[in-house]
Amino acid sequence: MRAGLLVAALIASIAGTAWAQGASPYTVVGDAISQPLADKPGDPARGRAIVANRSVGLCLLCHSGPIPEERFQGNLAPSLAGAGGRWSVAQLRLRIVDGARLNPDTIMPPYYRTTGLQRVAKPFEGKTILTAEQIEDVVAYLATLKE
Amino acid sequence: MLLPAVFAASFALAQASADKTAADKRRSGYQDMGAALQKMQDDDTANPGMLFVQLGQQLWAKPAGAANKACADCHSLADMKGVAARYPAMAKDGDKPIDLEGRVRLCRTVNQQAEPLAPESRELLSLAAFVANQSRGLPIAPPDDPRLAPFRAQGAAIYQRRQGQLNLSCAICHDDNAGKKLAGVTIPEAHPTGYPLYRLEWQALGSLKRRLRNCLIGIRAEAYPSDAVEYVALEIYLMDRARGMVFESPGVRP
Ligand code: HEC
Ligand code: HEC
Ligand code: HEC
Repeated sequence: MRAGLLVAALIASIAGTAWAQGASPYTVVGDAISQPLADKPGDPARGRAIVANRSVGLCLLCHSGPIPEERFQGNLAPSLAGAGGRWSVAQLRLRIVDGARLNPDTIMPPYYRTTGLQRVAKPFEGKTILTAEQIEDVVAYLATLKE
Repeated sequence: MLLPAVFAASFALAQASADKTAADKRRSGYQDMGAALQKMQDDDTANPGMLFVQLGQQLWAKPAGAANKACADCHSLADMKGVAARYPAMAKDGDKPIDLEGRVRLCRTVNQQAEPLAPESRELLSLAAFVANQSRGLPIAPPDDPRLAPFRAQGAAIYQRRQGQLNLSCAICHDDNAGKKLAGVTIPEAHPTGYPLYRLEWQALGSLKRRLRNCLIGIRAEAYPSDAVEYVALEIYLMDRARGMVFESPGVRP
């Protein structure tokens, strides 16, 4: 009995981890997601660090932005400067979560989607590029970029 | 009297080559590098790839395996001219195409009856670089072999398909955004003109396959196993796309 319970608990915790790495459901209204993806409010300072990090956010591979200490920035996409002036928090959220919902041909990676992807490398399989918390951090940072 | 004729002739020649450059906008990765790296590639005494070519030349003449034969016992150097500029090709009795490294590995096991050379090993790359160097300066000229067509089509399809966690295709970067900056790096057009080539980042000579693998890993796609036909299919497609461009192995890249 006890062993059975333990196994059940173990399976539950494994399943729990997998759930945390995948994408939780969210609701799109118009061109935006108004409900935050995580309980904790996003932290702009952490968001900035994620955006600046070439192997976490990857944003500066394609975008430039007001992050002068990062010398190497991309020009495949518009500058992030002013993004918080152009878009509401809810609009920014959908653009990071899954920009393909707005532009099916977009080259911007879907940061919070695990479906419809081909041949994903094993270590990343079933995982979103950023977690719900990280997306909230990034959105909070972008919202500060008013000009 | 002679002077204007000579002038006219040389002018026509200059025009013809100018027209050719105007029509052909394709760029080798060489053209996207700074002057210092271009000079490094052009100068045989500075090009680190030439050390591998020299090693390959020694291995070429060295008998090996149960057959105790050297490459040089069966091949003249003249026979190797142009080979790298037209590979991958179908092996004589095989049903799958092989690339230059694959061809060298096959001769190693079948014709020399020696231990197989490991993929990306120094010996294999050196031999391939030596053979490839015999085609330096020649135009890339893939064979018109109908058996290659389905593999070329497979390569083209892989090239166009989005894959990996980042959901990108080769074409998105190398066709649609070539010349732009991915972080600090200029995205090249992905012409396989210089392989095997020396990459400063690798601190080593590497094959085209290694480069393709790097790009797959970059978009967080599952890399193919090293003997997968998908790599050769991509190579066939890329060589066809670069048909007529100058073969420049050993290239140097950042
Ligand atoms: C592979 C390239 C690529 C990466 C990586 C990328 N983006 Fe984008 N992004 C684009 C492109 C291209 C657009 C332009 C709109 C479109 O094509 O969908 C865009 C659009 C945007 C927009 C709306 C732009 C505006 O103001 O009009 C925002 C905001 C944005 N990206 C933020 C980010 C953030 C934050 C990251 C990192 C977490 C990121 N992007 C990573 C390519 C990229
Ligand atoms: C996100 C953009 C991106 C994608 C997607 C991508 N590559 Fe690349 N590729 C690069 C960059 C950047 C370089 C140059 C790297 C450097 O020089 O540091 C490169 C280099 C190459 C080269 C070497 C060119 C030379 O001059 O030697 C080849 C060939 C190549 N890629 C083929 C491919 C193929 C095939 C695919 C699809 C499986 C692919 N790439 C996907 C960005 C990309
Ligand atoms: C015992 C003789 C023998 C030896 C030794 C040998 N080869 Fe070959 N090689 C052949 C034959 C026969 C072919 C042609 C096979 C075919 O057409 O499929 C060939 C084909 C090749 C080709 C392709 C030529 C073309 O025109 O397509 C290359 C490159 C090559 N060998 C390189 C090497 C190298 C490098 C070595 C030494 C490591 C080597 N060979 C050793 C017999 C040999």
